[in-house]
Amino acid sequence: MVGERERPNPDALLTQAKQEESRAGKLKIFLGYAAGVGKTYAMLGAARQRQAEGVDVVVALVETHHRKETEALLEGLPVTPRRRFEYRGVVLEELDLDAVLARRPQLAIVDELAHTNAPGSRHARRYQDIEELLAAGIDVYTTLNIQHVESLSDVVSQITGVVIRETVPDQVLEGADEVILIDLPPDELIKRLHEGKVYVPEQAGTAIEKFFRPGNLTALRELALRHLARKVDRQMRTYMGAHGIPGPWPAGERVLVCLAPGPIAERLVRVGRRLAATLDAEWIAVFVETPEYSRLPDAEKDRIVRAQRLAEELGARTETLTGISPPQEIVQYALTHNVTKIVAGASRRPLIERLIRGSLVDWILRHTENIDVYVISTPSGRSASPATPPRRRPVALLPYAFALVIASAVGLSGTVFPSRLEPVNLTTLNLLVVVIVAYYWGRGPAILAAWLSAATFYLAVAPRLTVRGVVSPQFLLTLTGLLVVGLVIGTLTSRIREQAQAARAREASTAALYALSRDLAAASSMEEILNAVTRHISSVFSRQVAIFLPGEGKLEMVVQSGDFPFTDNERAVATWVFAHGEPAGRGTETLPAAKARYLPLKTAQGIRGVLGVLPAADTLPALGPEQRHLMEAFASQAAVAIERAQLAAEARRTQVLQETERLQSALLNSISHDLRTPLAAVTGALSTLVENGNALDDATRRELLETAREAAQRLNRLVGDLLDMTRLQGGALRLRKAPADIQDLIGTSLSQLGDAVTGRKIEVDVAPNIPLVSVDFALITRVLANIVENAVKYSPPETAITIRARSVGGNLEIMVADRGPGVPESNLGQMSGKFQRGRTGANNGTGLGLAICRGFVEAHGGHITVENRPGGGLTVFFTLPLDGGPPEEAARIPDERTRSEGLSRR
Amino acid sequence: MSEQGLRVLVVDDERAIRRLLRAALTSQGHTVIEAETAQAGISAVTIEHPDLIILDLGLPDLDGIEVVRRLREWSTTPIIVLSVRSHEDDKMAALDAGADDYITKPFATGELAARMRVAVRHATHQPTEPIFRTGDLTVDLARRVVLIAGREIDLTAVEYGILKALIAHAGKVLTHGHLLTHVWGPGYQNQRHLLQVNVSNLRRKVEADPTRPRYVVTEPGVGYRLIEN
Repeated sequence: MVGERERPNPDALLTQAKQEESRAGKLKIFLGYAAGVGKTYAMLGAARQRQAEGVDVVVALVETHHRKETEALLEGLPVTPRRRFEYRGVVLEELDLDAVLARRPQLAIVDELAHTNAPGSRHARRYQDIEELLAAGIDVYTTLNIQHVESLSDVVSQITGVVIRETVPDQVLEGADEVILIDLPPDELIKRLHEGKVYVPEQAGTAIEKFFRPGNLTALRELALRHLARKVDRQMRTYMGAHGIPGPWPAGERVLVCLAPGPIAERLVRVGRRLAATLDAEWIAVFVETPEYSRLPDAEKDRIVRAQRLAEELGARTETLTGISPPQEIVQYALTHNVTKIVAGASRRPLIERLIRGSLVDWILRHTENIDVYVISTPSGRSASPATPPRRRPVALLPYAFALVIASAVGLSGTVFPSRLEPVNLTTLNLLVVVIVAYYWGRGPAILAAWLSAATFYLAVAPRLTVRGVVSPQFLLTLTGLLVVGLVIGTLTSRIREQAQAARAREASTAALYALSRDLAAASSMEEILNAVTRHISSVFSRQVAIFLPGEGKLEMVVQSGDFPFTDNERAVATWVFAHGEPAGRGTETLPAAKARYLPLKTAQGIRGVLGVLPAADTLPALGPEQRHLMEAFASQAAVAIERAQLAAEARRTQVLQETERLQSALLNSISHDLRTPLAAVTGALSTLVENGNALDDATRRELLETAREAAQRLNRLVGDLLDMTRLQGGALRLRKAPADIQDLIGTSLSQLGDAVTGRKIEVDVAPNIPLVSVDFALITRVLANIVENAVKYSPPETAITIRARSVGGNLEIMVADRGPGVPESNLGQMSGKFQRGRTGANNGTGLGLAICRGFVEAHGGHITVENRPGGGLTVFFTLPLDGGPPEEAARIPDERTRSEGLSRR
Repeated sequence: MSEQGLRVLVVDDERAIRRLLRAALTSQGHTVIEAETAQAGISAVTIEHPDLIILDLGLPDLDGIEVVRRLREWSTTPIIVLSVRSHEDDKMAALDAGADDYITKPFATGELAARMRVAVRHATHQPTEPIFRTGDLTVDLARRVVLIAGREIDLTAVEYGILKALIAHAGKVLTHGHLLTHVWGPGYQNQRHLLQVNVSNLRRKVEADPTRPRYVVTEPGVGYRLIEN
């Protein structure tokens, strides 16, 4: 019932097509939940079967760990030798990627997808090697343990207590064309382990014992099964979508992860990723920057930035919002962005605060209807990163001193002038003081001021309102009110101030980035881009800046601000950064001994270069996480701009190359035809005269000689054209500019044409008062002569040629118009290309003429255009900038002077 | 010395050119002496005392411009440079070194003959005649009167100075630098716009159609030449 089927979903078709087309080779992964389940064995079995089917199979790399069953399976399969090399005195063996690529099998067997290559290999990771094989059209079989999947690594650590370092991006597994789960009941696996059939690295004996506990294995097995089930489910849905099978499609889910400071941040990201992957949903990691954030220790801020980066790496969009109340901001964001699920950490706030301000979860549940909330508990112990003890900032004492002085002074003024100040006035004054202190010096001093206000108020007013030693309840109420209102106002005011500061800081960062991107957008050359980047970074961060780009075989420092110490040591660090795409050097965990910090200039296409930053003075404080984040943003902007410039340069080179090739082939054609034809005429005429000159009558002899002369002239013109073209192409054209009179230019070009224009009516129309134009006289004369000659050649002899010169907007515009046949509209655009003849008919040119004219005119900063003339014919316009020459006034003054000296003619 | 029956020294390393020149010049009644190298050419000048030298620039042993310079140290024999180099810079260099004229290859023998006549005439008799006539243009150098078709025209001092310099070397190219130095004085060599403006004004007065000048013609990038009929 084809007719009743739903229309195929175009998006699903596209997804499927992409999966099928994105690379030539197919990837099959043999997935296991632990070592020893028999992945390699199964893979080799499958490979043998393919070989039996006639497929060209090559074992690129398999670790048999000397197990007999596995080794037996290798029998008869061709194996490419491994690449052996020495690294720090140890001989290492790795997959020889180039050998496999050169061998070009249909199917390559590569064990251990998660393997990390030894330093010095082409790719850091084996999955990258495999990607290259796939890209080359080679199918690959490989093995993988579930614990190495990036998004599951933290769960695995939780289950097993082993921290997984070698992880494989989820995309690799998801992008695989086939995943085969190799399963083995845990009991049997443990039995195999005890029989010594599972490879155990010697140094990790006890850890492995711990790993292979039945509980762990069952959990891992479930993880692997579930993961695969999800993949199968997704495949089925893609299939259903592509084939228009109706079904209960999940509505577009959107997961929001609320990032929070603390060790929970990365966990939240991973959970969010898993949830999003399960739902096949888009996901967003949101962080709300509150005033408290600015008070966090740098390590905590860093952790947030890292979590954001992790989220981006795992495919999330990240957003940073500013506000006082994270719950409010999150709900607001979720509602406006159609979020369906929110992942949040359990609140770690004290119960009291939660009761007053409400927890995130409560808030969400109260203010939304359809959003599910997933609450993640704070991890404890092993999987949490070691919590750094919160570093206390040194308390600035001066603000407290100010608060103390002002609040005491104002408060005590009540005791000094009791009669002048009513208690009501005094409370107002006190509150004013609290507001001022909060505004200028922040929360702590404001609280101090509030307490001081209450105390001084008590001192000032208590004697008046105490009746027989008993304080009136009214006074107590006022006192309490003053204290509470003071505290609240103080806190609120200081918070507004902090938020304003945070907003200003963000504003400043945005403005700095904007300024950079504006300059980068305006920069047209690599040099301008590099200068803009160094200028901005050095001024925003007060750092010395250098940019390194790959030169011939090594990194070259292409630009620097200040005196950047680029020693061999520093070069090594920069080279490492360029190779690995990770920051290194001062203030990082890699090679921290370097003088400067090095950031990769990374784009989606790869690493373009390295940015080096060095504090201008050692006394400058290290950059905070926000500033480092900003600098990374600068670096990525710079990288994109540099990439753009590099690509543009590459495109230009290619274009020039293509142009040259085209020219060369056209030149060859031209030589064979345009050079040989006149040569044939010359040799023909001359040989006739030599061989039977006596037999010819005078008229014939004359005719032959005339033919030879014309052909020789034609050859001469052609050689001249080719020489000019070569000068233009080779960039050897030097302009000898001198002031010239347009009438002289026209007159000289006409007289150069000589016989060609005699008898033709040529109307010259030069506007009066055209100033001298600064040009290379000889070149422009040639341009004019060429255009006029063409006009004469292609128009009927009885028609007139019009030459007109006008001064138009700072340019001299010269027009040459004829009444010939014109040019088909379709040819107009291509005219003045090399070897392009616009018009057909009797002509003996190479078509070089107009191209040379264009080259000469453009070298002067002018333009040449060709148009069909209304009423028939062709018009060629060209412009020459007038500002290059001296203005007319200046040119005429010396003449006036000599004139006034009055040398009379008589 | 007449303009016929000249002793012409041809310095050129190309046999084909020498053969062509020998044929053409001999047929016009001249005697041709040939030299293949610059050294041979220079010694031929000292021994043979030619009336005119036709000199190629691309000689195997010495650049032609250097040959002009050396010859000019002691000889006033007219030199016509005949070269494939067509760039204005080369022309200017040769003329400034002291060559009388410059013809680029390929050339028409008729044109060569005309230039030879001009060069020899200037070398033999100084233009002391008080009245210069060509076409409609008449210049009475003694009375400083300029007539076009018998009608007197009014020239400024500078315009007259330019015209006088061109008449003094009628038929020959005068470089921009030469004209500027002679009319304005030393130190004006680079004031090309002065020359350009005044030549334009001069043409407006003496030429029937200034866009197609008959008398004062431009040698692109080199200078000006007064055409004689």
